[in-house]
Amino acid sequence: MKNRLKVLRAERDWTQAQLAIELEVSRQTVNAIEKGKFDPSLPLAFKAARLFDLTIEEIFQDEPAS
Amino acid sequence: MSHPNKDSNSWAAKGVKNTVHLGYWTAAWLLTLALAKFGPETIWQSNTVLTALAILVNIGVGYGMIMANKRHLKGLDEMQQKIQLEAMALSLGVGLVAGFAYSNLEVANLIPFNADISHVIILMALTYLAGMFFGIRKFR
Repeated sequence: MKNRLKVLRAERDWTQAQLAIELEVSRQTVNAIEKGKFDPSLPLAFKAARLFDLTIEEIFQDEPAS
Repeated sequence: MSHPNKDSNSWAAKGVKNTVHLGYWTAAWLLTLALAKFGPETIWQSNTVLTALAILVNIGVGYGMIMANKRHLKGLDEMQQKIQLEAMALSLGVGLVAGFAYSNLEVANLIPFNADISHVIILMALTYLAGMFFGIRKFR
């Protein structure tokens, strides 16, 4: 799953640690999500969507299996 | 639009608190385990009532440690829980398989020493640590 978390965070000049505080996860988890190594649960995706005032689809995009 | 509040990291603070509590409970459990194991020989000269009491206290503190571990796990974020789950699954599986194989080896007299449960516990602990290491590395 692809996501725009890094871009959205950079637009607001937030660090991974600051975003982690807002999402109530570890900085390592934010890093793993940004790198596409870990897919967040639906509640966490909704939390991110609320934080950035966007829809889930505007942040996370499904990657069709190749 | 909300902005990150650097001062209000209550989630992380709670995680640290849970970890410290787990450390205290684990230390207490180890102390009561040592007391139940060595007390009969070194402190109360094999008094059965005191030995039974020490074992009961050890079980009670063990229950507290289990609950502290449960709280600690519930307080982790979803990726940390996934890493823990995979490490614990690996540890449990290795402990089960190796434990019974070890027991069978002793029954068949294929090892020159007595199979001790502490060997299995050490193996499980090392497997858990290896699982955590590789889990953390996987998501880095």
